[in-house]
Amino acid sequence: MSNWFSQTFPNVVYQGWSGDTGWLTAINQTIFMTFWSAIFGGLLGLIFGFGLVVTSPRGITPNKVLFWIFDKIVSIFRAIPFIILLAFIAPVTKTIVGTQIGSTAALVPLSLGVFPFYARQVQVALTEVDSGIVEAAQAVGASFTEIVFGVYLREGRSELIRVSTVTLISLIGLTAMAGAIGAGGLGNMAIAYGYNRFANDTTLVATFLVLVLVLIVQVVGDYLAKRYNHK
Amino acid sequence: MRKHQNLSMTNPIISLKNIDVTFQQKKRTIEAVKNVSIDVNRGDVFGIVGYSGAGKSTLVRVINLLQVPTNGQVIVNGETFFDGQGAGKSGVQIKPNELRDRRRKIGMIFQHFNLLNERTVAENVAFALQHSPLKADEKQAKVAELLELVELTDRADQFPAQLSGGQKQRVAIARALANDPEILISDEATSALDPKTTNQILALLKKLNQQYNLTILLITHEMDAVKEVANKVAVMQDGQVLEEGSTLDIFTKPQAALTKEFIETATNQDKALATIAESDAITTLNDNEVFARLTYSGNSTNEPLITTLYQKYEVVANILYGNVEILQGTEVGSLLVILSGSADGLAAGLQSLKDQGVSVDILKGKQA
Ligand SMILES: Nc1ncnc2c1ncn2[C@@H]1O[C@H](COP(=O)(O)OP(=O)(O)OP(=O)(O)O)[C@@H](O)[C@H]1O
Ligand SMILES: [Mg+2]
Repeated sequence: MSNWFSQTFPNVVYQGWSGDTGWLTAINQTIFMTFWSAIFGGLLGLIFGFGLVVTSPRGITPNKVLFWIFDKIVSIFRAIPFIILLAFIAPVTKTIVGTQIGSTAALVPLSLGVFPFYARQVQVALTEVDSGIVEAAQAVGASFTEIVFGVYLREGRSELIRVSTVTLISLIGLTAMAGAIGAGGLGNMAIAYGYNRFANDTTLVATFLVLVLVLIVQVVGDYLAKRYNHK
Repeated sequence: MRKHQNLSMTNPIISLKNIDVTFQQKKRTIEAVKNVSIDVNRGDVFGIVGYSGAGKSTLVRVINLLQVPTNGQVIVNGETFFDGQGAGKSGVQIKPNELRDRRRKIGMIFQHFNLLNERTVAENVAFALQHSPLKADEKQAKVAELLELVELTDRADQFPAQLSGGQKQRVAIARALANDPEILISDEATSALDPKTTNQILALLKKLNQQYNLTILLITHEMDAVKEVANKVAVMQDGQVLEEGSTLDIFTKPQAALTKEFIETATNQDKALATIAESDAITTLNDNEVFARLTYSGNSTNEPLITTLYQKYEVVANILYGNVEILQGTEVGSLLVILSGSADGLAAGLQSLKDQGVSVDILKGKQA
C-alpha cells in the first residue's frame, strides 16, 4: 500500500510531513490564516454590516453621513482585486506586523480583503429580518442594543451563519493567493511545489485537501444554519 | 380656568390634533395623512376604517411616535409627545428613554403578527418585559398569566412557526398586554385570519375592553369588525378623515359615499342591492314610485312604519329586502323598498319617516 502510494505520488512523499515544506505545515498555515483573518475580517465585516443596516434610511437610527461612510469604505475595498491589495497594503502590514511576508503578515491583507465581502453579506442577511418584527420590538419599548442583539442578531442568526459559511469558503480561496507573498499554506503547495515544478501529484493532493477543508466548513455551516432556523 | 374645566370634562386618552404626515421621496411627495384630528376617550373601542393606502397605519403609528408626524400635536394621557409645525423630529417633546417607557403602555398588534421567530411563545411575551420592574419569578408568573388569558398555556414552549394564524395573533396580544397598557392599537389584526378566527380575536378584544377598560384602536378595512366591537368609527380616505361618529350614527346616518359603501358591504346589502337593482320592478319603475333604503334604529324599530305609511299617506311599501343588526345593544334595521303613491302622499310620507328618525335614501325615482 505505502509502496503503491510512493510510486503514484512520488512528489507528495518527497515534500514530507512536517518540516518547512511539509504537508502538516501547509495545512496548519492554511488553517491559521483562515481562522485569524476570519476573526479580524469577520469582526470588521459585522461592524460594517450592522452599521449599514441600522444607519440606512429604513434603519432604526437613520444617519445619512455614517451610512455614506460605511457604504463607501466597503465599496472601495471591494473594488480592489485581492492580488493587488496584497502588494498595495504591504507597507501597512509591515508597520502592524513587523514583516511583509509569512502567514502572520498575510493576515492583514486577508482580513481587509474579506471584510467588505462579509459586510455586504451581513447587510443582506440582516435586511431580510422582517421590518415588522423590528417595529414590534420598538413598540414594546426595546432599546437600541436590545434591537441589535435581541432582534437582528437573534432573528438573523441562521442567515448570518449561512453567509459566514460562504465567506469562510471564499476566505480559504484567498489564503491560496496569499502564497504569493510567501504565506505558505496549501495553495502555495499546489502552485510553488506542484504546478511550477511539474509535480502534478502534489497539485492534486493539495487541491484535494483544500476541498476537504471546504467540505467540512460547508457541512458544519449547513448544520448550524438549520439548527438555528425556526421559521 | 375655563381651559382647565374643558380638559377635565372631556379628558381624551389620545388626542391627535391637525396631524400631517408627509413622505419625501426622490421625485414626489406623498401626503399620507392630511390634517387629521381625532380624540379617543378612555374605554373607547375606536374603529378606523378605510381602504388600503388610506393612511390608517401611518396615522396610528403617530400615536407612539413610531412615525414622527410632519405637523400637529400628539397628546397621550395628557402628556404632549409631539408638538410642531413643519418641525419634524425637533417637534418631539419627550426624551428617547421616556418615549420607550411610554410605548410600553401602548400595546400594538399587527396584521402579520410580527412575532420573534427565533423565540418561543413564552419568550416572545417575556421580550416585552425586559424593562419591567418585576422580579424574575414575577415576570415568569406574569407570562404564565398572560398565556392563560389568551388560552395558550400549553403552547408556551413552541415556536411561532408551529402555531396557526389565530394562535399567533393571541401570542401577539399577550405580548402587547405584558406591561399592562392602557391603550391597545390593533392594526388590521384580523385581516389575515379566516372569519371564525376573526370573531374569536374580536371577542377577545371586546372582553379586554370590558374587563380591563382597555382603550382600543381598531384599524381595519372591514366594517364588519367595527360593527362587532367598536363604539366609535372614523372613516379614512386619501389621508383624511371623511366622517367620524358613534358606530350607531355612522351605521344609521352615513354621510360620505365611502361610508355607505363600507356599510353596504358589512350588512350584505351590496349583494342584495346588485340583484334588486337589475330586477324588472326597479328597471321599470313608474313615475309614482321611488326605490329607497330606510335605515332605522332603537325606538323606531318597533314602530309600525309601513302600516302608518299606508294608513296616513296611502303610500304602499313593497319590501324587497330587510335586515336587522344589533349594534352596541341597539337594533338597527334596514329595508330596501319600493314606495308607491301620489306625489303629495309620497312627499308627506317620506317626511314623516324622517321626522321619526328614519334615514331615507332615495336610490331611484323622483326625489320627494
Ligand atoms: N415610509 C414610507 N415612505 C413613503 N411612503 C409611505 C411610507 N409609509 C406609508 N407610505 C405611503 O403612505 C400612504 C398610506 O399608507 P398606510 O400604510 O398608512 O395606509 P393604510 O391605510 O394602512 O393601508 P393598508 O390597509 O394597506 O395597510 C400610502 O400611499 C403609502 O404608500
Ligand atoms: Mg396599514
